Amino acid sequence: MSAAIEGAMRPADISAPSPDSLPAQTKAAWPAAPFRVLDRLRGPALALVVPLAILAFWHFATAGRPYSLVPPPAEVWLALRDMAFGGINDDAFSATLWTHLWASLSRVYGGFALAAAAALPLGLMIGRVPVVRALLDPVLQILRPIPVTAWLPLAMILFGLGAGSAFFLVFLGAFYPILINTVFGVRSVEPRLFEAAAMLGCTGPAQFVRVVLPAALPSIFTGLRLGLGFAWVVIVVGEMTGVQTGLGAVIMEARQLSRTEIVICGMGVIGVAGFVSDWVVMRIGRRLLSWSPSHG
Amino acid sequence: MAEPTIPILTIRDVSKIYTAQGRRTEALRGAGLTVQRGEFVCLLGASGCGKSTLLRIAAGFEAPSSGEALMWGKPIAGPAPSRGMVFQDYGLFPWLSVHDNIGFGPKSRGRPAAEVRDTARRYIDLVGLGRFAEAYPHQLSGGMKQRVAIARVLANEAEMVLMDEPFGALDAMTRERLQDELLDLWARTGLTVLFVTHAIEEAIFLADRIVMMSPGPGRIETVHTVDLPRRRDVSSPAFNDLRRMLSAQLHSHHAPKAA
Repeated sequence: MSAAIEGAMRPADISAPSPDSLPAQTKAAWPAAPFRVLDRLRGPALALVVPLAILAFWHFATAGRPYSLVPPPAEVWLALRDMAFGGINDDAFSATLWTHLWASLSRVYGGFALAAAAALPLGLMIGRVPVVRALLDPVLQILRPIPVTAWLPLAMILFGLGAGSAFFLVFLGAFYPILINTVFGVRSVEPRLFEAAAMLGCTGPAQFVRVVLPAALPSIFTGLRLGLGFAWVVIVVGEMTGVQTGLGAVIMEARQLSRTEIVICGMGVIGVAGFVSDWVVMRIGRRLLSWSPSHG
Repeated sequence: MAEPTIPILTIRDVSKIYTAQGRRTEALRGAGLTVQRGEFVCLLGASGCGKSTLLRIAAGFEAPSSGEALMWGKPIAGPAPSRGMVFQDYGLFPWLSVHDNIGFGPKSRGRPAAEVRDTARRYIDLVGLGRFAEAYPHQLSGGMKQRVAIARVLANEAEMVLMDEPFGALDAMTRERLQDELLDLWARTGLTVLFVTHAIEEAIFLADRIVMMSPGPGRIETVHTVDLPRRRDVSSPAFNDLRRMLSAQLHSHHAPKAA
């Protein structure tokens, strides 16, 4: 990409086609075609090496040992299929995966959305309005080091045993990363841009929408990604507060019943769901930040 | 429009004192200057002579500590679209395309979308960036960025353009080309330009009048009228005489001791 930009930077290149199309044509002129397929596969192939090695190690360390406390991969796979579609074990866990996944998803995204709705405006205000900063910053700084898990007992008193507490903890877990990154993004907007906006006739509150928000967007997106990540971390803790559904609840229940293969299934599903949701946010971010040389 | 007798810009006995951590710095003392509509005036001086401070007071980014700054005889109370600023570091909005950067002013002032689009289009063409309308600032060269910055204030109907060493960060070739383009725009649009520079040659090439400033404390020393015919020949004897004279004057100023 940088070569393309340099190409477009010289005024002599004003007649050149769109900035992106230049180097690709000049570089990959000859036998590239057959090699390009291998090049394409190289990334995914390398990404598979470590997981396959772990899977192999896991398999050979556990398969065929009746007293192993950790079930072999094949058994976990079977449990996962049963959880998803039923018809294999026909027990309390059969065909319950989607219910639990849906419960967790709705709590993660609900809590996350609420956290974003609270942290974004608050972050913009703290970053830009000195009075608000003076008012709120000390409180938030003292509350921040308290781990989300430490809130658990209090959350159960305030919101009762059940979904309310889980929701609250997810909210709390996502809130701080979004808030802190928003404040940081707002405070690092170049002062020059406010001057530029002011002399063009954009002053006062209009600057929030037209300058502060877009300028802070890269940072805000970092915060959203971290926040969503934390939401997935916290959900398991949140669902240990006596709720009936959710991936965290499944893991706790399976642990009490010594169904370790179900525990591993729950872990795996959380991993995949967290990965997919991060990927979605990242794609949206790339779209919105295509102007930024360090994102786009 | 306005009375022809009222200057577009009046700076009357303006001083500026900064106080930071108990230390007083006198950036500007007793500056006085009037600029008539359509004039091209250069503020020339070594660093620390207060030329940028004077420009920022004219822009409305800073208030004078004493004295007054007037536009069309009325006090300057803050930045306004009628006084467009072009910064050395461009000050473009990195998240907006060339088109949207140029349309930023009209849009901020509540113009209808179709009009904003037309205006942006017209000024993009005026500065010759038609092919780059959808490019983002980080994809442009310095010279192209500065063209966008100029188009942006023109599109916003600025009557006076304030330029703070706008070509200082550009290479020599690009600088010369942009100087020519700026003079061309100025001649075609009847703009008023107040232009800060520390380059003697640039000031002689561009200005109707050169305001020579000196440091410690910053003040206006002399005002030279440049009555060479345009487009000025930088190698002509008259150009060189003026250059020699201004150069001697500039070098007689002692730069303030490093703080």
